[in-house]
Amino acid sequence: MSDEDAAGDEGYDEWLAAIAESEGYFLACENGHGSLPPRRRCPHCGSGELDEKPLPGTGEIETFTETQVPIPSFGDDAPYVVAIAAFGDVRITGQFREIDPSEVAVGQSVRVDVSERATTGEPLVVFRPA
Amino acid sequence: MLYSTPPLSNAMVRIVGVGLTPFGTTPERTGRDMFAEASEEAFADAGVPRGDVEALYYGNFMGELAEHQGHQGPLMAEAAGIRAPATRFETACASSGAAVRSAVQTLRNGEADLLLVGGAERMTNLGTGGATEALAIAADDLYEVRAGVTFPGAYALMANAYFEAFGGSREDLAEIAVKNHENALENEYAQYQKRIDVDTVLEAPMVSAPLGLYDACPITDGASAVLLASDEYVQRNGLDAPVSITGTGQGGDNLALQDREHLARSPAADDAAAEAYDDAGIDAVDVGVAEVHDCFTIAEVLALESLGFYEPGEGIGAARRGETTATGKLPVNLSGGLKAKGHPVGATGTAQIAELAQLLRGDHVNSDAVADVDVGVAHNAGGTVASAFVHVVEVAE
Repeated sequence: MSDEDAAGDEGYDEWLAAIAESEGYFLACENGHGSLPPRRRCPHCGSGELDEKPLPGTGEIETFTETQVPIPSFGDDAPYVVAIAAFGDVRITGQFREIDPSEVAVGQSVRVDVSERATTGEPLVVFRPA
Repeated sequence: MLYSTPPLSNAMVRIVGVGLTPFGTTPERTGRDMFAEASEEAFADAGVPRGDVEALYYGNFMGELAEHQGHQGPLMAEAAGIRAPATRFETACASSGAAVRSAVQTLRNGEADLLLVGGAERMTNLGTGGATEALAIAADDLYEVRAGVTFPGAYALMANAYFEAFGGSREDLAEIAVKNHENALENEYAQYQKRIDVDTVLEAPMVSAPLGLYDACPITDGASAVLLASDEYVQRNGLDAPVSITGTGQGGDNLALQDREHLARSPAADDAAAEAYDDAGIDAVDVGVAEVHDCFTIAEVLALESLGFYEPGEGIGAARRGETTATGKLPVNLSGGLKAKGHPVGATGTAQIAELAQLLRGDHVNSDAVADVDVGVAHNAGGTVASAFVHVVEVAE
């Protein structure tokens, strides 16, 4: 993984940096679908008309899991809560921090941020209670 | 629907031989040796000369990570003792389901009369961490793996979404694990021939909530092979091949869960099933036995609903109600399924076809449970069902 990481991932890296600056965005097509970069086509309808739009400030948890058995590169992070949250027309997958895992529930309001993976120091998309 | 097969007079693809290695923990065995054994069994079962095989269609997912081995097609043709062109298929845990579908299409198109189809996966030499990491790359690297999504984690996200949308409980899921372990008790090819009860499942260590250790299939080494032939080849050589593949279907979906329309359903498998049923000229009600991709207990629920046996939200209680047990109205995973039989991922698709062929022709240890059944279905899924393959098999002389 590390060799490819040195080159970075154009489109994704810029998106992460924007999230970290509280200037997150998503790609909106003319048919009302949302997606995340890098993309040239909407993953829902194939439209090539994609515009960057500001990500709503808060999202809502749609599903979550507390993972006890991680992959090795998350060894020091486990246990951790992974959730999928809807921010308007787009969903984001991240780790839910700053909350007791037993308190996590579908429908909770969250904001998205970038933190660090404990195991490797790599950037990590996280949710925090809104 | 990606592809629709026109009705052809030679639409029946005959299963002339099947072979499996015992599934289990054999970290020292190479993929090539396991596939050699499975294909040896298939040739012995079929009684056809190796020289008649016109190509190998082979499924494998993690060969680069487990064995530092790419380009496995020619290697596996060699292992099987055939001199023929060979192609590897990769659709994660549905890799050999993809191989079966392409073989069916090739035979129907009249481009070949006899094909060797199979798959192999060496996994346990990676250890639990290594195998978990290797499986995770079937998910979206940027948006899922980097967030810490494991495969059990991905299915746990689907399970919680299912509970939220339709209800259901961990007890319902546990009944599926108990059923599939029960089915594997006498299957000598199964990794676990061990009876469990609901409490065992519920009290096992959690992997990714709500899925515990016994909600998950094991990490498995193994290989499978089938010999598929045209009807004309079977008749010309006077072969005994009572079971045929009569329908094939494939569906696809967005790779990442976050881009799916619904987090608690598997529309790629809906599409694959619809296409396969239409191809075979059957409906869901005609199916009497099913082998489905229960990599996790929740996955069996999603499969039953996609295959049209239950409406969305109704499949969760099927095992608890006894409807999918060996004595139920529709036995599911009589082999033990991925859960108890094991899941050497690239071998699973053809292993399902092999088990169904034996169940229907009467030489499977659990054949008595389906003595009056003529129609079976195999459901093989890749990733979180971003790839799905469904095949209809029938007793048809």
